[in-house]
This record gives sequence, structure tokens and C-alpha cells, in this order.
Amino acid sequence: MSDAAQIIVEDVCHHYRPSVGREVLALENVSLEVREREFLALLGPSGCGKSTLLYLIGGFLPIESGKVLVDDKPVAGPGPDRGIVFQNFALFPWKTVRKNVLYGLERQPLRREEREKRAQAFIDLVGLTGFEESYPSQLSGGMKQRAAIARTLAFDPRMLLMDEPFGALDAQTRSLMQSELLAIWEKTRKTVIFVTHDVHEAVFLAERVAVMSARPGRIKTIVDTRFDKADPEIHRTKMFVDKVDEVWNLVREEAIKALEKRLS
Amino acid sequence: MSDGLAPKAAASNALVRYAPLLFLALAWEAASRLHLVSSLALPPLTDVAQAWVELVQSGELVTNGLSSLYRAEAGLALAIVVGGALGIFMASSRLANAMLGPLVELFYPMPKSALIPVTVLWLGFGDGSKILLIFLGCMLPVTIGAYNGARGSDRHLIWSARSMGAHRLRMIWDVVVPSALPEFLNGVRTALALSFILLVSSELIVSRQGFGYLIGYLGANGSYEAMFAVVLTVAFTGFLADRVFQFVVMVLLRWRE
Repeated sequence: MSDAAQIIVEDVCHHYRPSVGREVLALENVSLEVREREFLALLGPSGCGKSTLLYLIGGFLPIESGKVLVDDKPVAGPGPDRGIVFQNFALFPWKTVRKNVLYGLERQPLRREEREKRAQAFIDLVGLTGFEESYPSQLSGGMKQRAAIARTLAFDPRMLLMDEPFGALDAQTRSLMQSELLAIWEKTRKTVIFVTHDVHEAVFLAERVAVMSARPGRIKTIVDTRFDKADPEIHRTKMFVDKVDEVWNLVREEAIKALEKRLS
Repeated sequence: MSDGLAPKAAASNALVRYAPLLFLALAWEAASRLHLVSSLALPPLTDVAQAWVELVQSGELVTNGLSSLYRAEAGLALAIVVGGALGIFMASSRLANAMLGPLVELFYPMPKSALIPVTVLWLGFGDGSKILLIFLGCMLPVTIGAYNGARGSDRHLIWSARSMGAHRLRMIWDVVVPSALPEFLNGVRTALALSFILLVSSELIVSRQGFGYLIGYLGANGSYEAMFAVVLTVAFTGFLADRVFQFVVMVLLRWRE
């Protein structure tokens, strides 16, 4: 079962319509398959439409042309089978950490004590014990993202959609969060789609890296990046460094194209 | 602001804040007693205070005050409920916005005191016309506050709620309404000030009860000390209402940094 495609994107095109100016083709004939329990990174220069692709899979944007199937069913809106984590955390600022984590659980057929227990377990898991009654505005960036991840994990989605989740964090916190995410993924084995523009992050976290082209976004190629992630020295092995180089060369061309397009 | 200050510092802080008021009161008393201004135009503050005590003892101030407060509260409560719901509705539905938006824009800049004769024509001299006037006059600032606040809802918050299984109405209640709260409350504060203006001006023109009526009646009879006492009571009631409101806002928005 673990090799079956869980998410299928077929020939998807999408236009971006700014409130002023003319519409832009953001995605052009994108096709992609994500296998069950796989960790896939979507990598590309900024503006290539990788977040748009994630939002289409999440059901947040209407599908204009092509098909997006999740578990063989066409996506018709957001659902609790696909949990999402955003770069800006998207915690409800008027709710405490505990209430935020409880939010997704409140719509599940669980008893009250069961919900509270589950929420606490995930708050503990991400290391926020003692901050249950804090409001998001009282937390640091890293803590906010931990809370957001706890909130999404708590209602037990089978797929995790992550939109540059560590993009707003400082380098140390980011590296720490990457290791923690890997540990959580090893434990829960959810299907993960992880959007990033950081080559190192993509190669380190993912089993496969889908490199996207500059706008209009297409899947340029998919690189296999399976390593022994438990090895603490992984970043220094030749195999890892070569892989980062390989992927970096693929992205560089596109990044230059994207830059030229923006300057012209 | 003042939390964390030692009691002594807080006391001196209060002294600094209220010193100008105290100075103004002394200047008032002096100007009148020294006949710098006619005591008819500005009766001494101590005489005003004495008139105030008499008004309270006779029961006139309380009866008229309660009548005014009832009108203001009823009108304002209606404006908050209807105006808030209207603003959220307009922000949540493109159709509602297209249909109601122009009406709101048309009526917003209109001076609401122009409606005083209209509401009297419809509902007569009693409470009804005042409540309707305050409701109509105070609704739009609340509507616009709620609308702008709701429009500013972060789409990522909306998406988060939807992905956690909240259907549309649930999402509006859980995300759009609290997102709108800060600007909605700003609108309510404007409405609160407006309600006093509309209340007193409508009571001055057509009423047999209320603060405004009392001011007009006492002024016409030449009881200027008592008239000033009522004017000051209205001013102080407005100040107190705003203070209480600000406290409520602080509690409701305690989640903000």
C-alpha cells in the first residue's frame, strides 16, 4: 500500500489574477504523484507557483483545468484529511495555545477529556509544555510554529501540507525544527508535501525533491534524496553534499530565469 | 500604561492627569466670582454644584437621566447588533456587498440630526423616535468598522479553520467575527459618542423628558445654575461611558500584544 499514489495532480493549469493588472499563468500543465507516507519537497524559485500548487491540493483554490485527486477522489474543498501549516503560522491570535490545538479536535467525535488529553500530548510533543495558556502574541517565532504544528498534528490528518513552514525562523531555530519534524515524521509516517525554496532543507528533509521551473511553474524534474537521516554527520558526507550540488544546479537556472523575468 | 507603577507613582500620575481639570474648575469659579464674566453667562461652579444637589434631591435629574440612558442604550444596542451583523454579512457575501454597499455609502455622510423631524413624524414625541434616531445614526459607524475588520481577515486563518473541518458559517463565527473585533469596537466607540450627541439634540428639540429636555427647560426659565449642572452631568456621563467601554475593550482584546 505504501507505494500507491495518494495524491495525483494531472495537467493542472492555474492563473493568478491580481486585483490590478493582467492575469498571469502561474502553473502550466503540472503533473505530479505523491505516494502514501512519502515525504516530498516542492522546490523552486520564489514566484514559481509552488505554494499555489499546494493550495490546489489543499482545496483552498478552485481548480481551473486539469485534475487533482486525493485518495482517488477529486478535491472539492479543504478537509481534515489534509492538514496545513503556513509560513506565517496562522494561529488564531485570540485563542491560547491550548484552545488553538483543541480547535481541530472539537469537530471530531471525541469525548471532552479525550480531546484535552490529546491536545496536551501534542503540546508536550512539540515542547510547549507550560505555555498552554499563552496567547500566540506572547510566543517567539519558533514557538508559534511548534504550536501550529501541534494544532495540525492533533486532529490526525493523513497528509501534511507544509507551506515554507520554517521560512520565517532564524537559522538555528530552523535547523532544530527540521530535525524535530523529521523525528515526528518517522514516528507518525504521514504523507508530507513540503514547499520550500531552500535547497539544503529540501534535500535534508525529503525522500524526493520535485524541482519546479520559473513561472509559469512546471515540474522540471524529480530527484531521489533518500539518505540515512538519523546520521548526525549527514550534512558533511560527500553523498549529501553532491546531492545538494546536483539539486542546486537544477534550481539555479530557474532562479536566474525568474530574476531576469522580474527585472525585465 | 500605568500597571506596574508603585501606588505612590500612580497617585502622582493621576494628579498630573487631572490637574488641568482642577485648574479649569478653579479658573471657572474665580472668573465668575471676580465678575470677569457675567454670572448669568457663567454662574460660579459652587452655585452650579448646589443646584446639582437640589436637582438630585428633587428627583428631576434621576428621572430624566434614567429616561435618557434608556433611550441611548436601547438605540445603541440595536445599532451594535444590527450594524455588526450587517458589516459581517457584507464582508462575507459579494452579493450582499454589491446590494448594500452603495446604500451605506449614501447614508454614511448624511448628518443624522436631519432625521430628528422624520423620526418624530413616524414615532411621535416619546422614546420610540429617540431610539430610532440613535439606532439609525449609530448603526453605520459600527457597520463600517465590522465590515473593514472582517474584510481584513487573514485568508490563512480562514483556510486553517476550513481545513480543520469548520463549515462556512462556523468559520465566519470562529475567524471572521473575532478578526473584525478590533475595528468593530472602534466603530462602537464612535457610535457611543454619536449616541450622546443625537440623544441630547433630539431631546432639546422635541421631548418632554430626558437630559436634553431638562437643559432646554431650565435654560428657558432662567435657571442657569441648574442648566449648567445638567450639562456637566451629561458631559461626565459621556466620559464615564467611554471609560467603561475602554475597559471592556481591554478585556475583550487582551490577546493582542
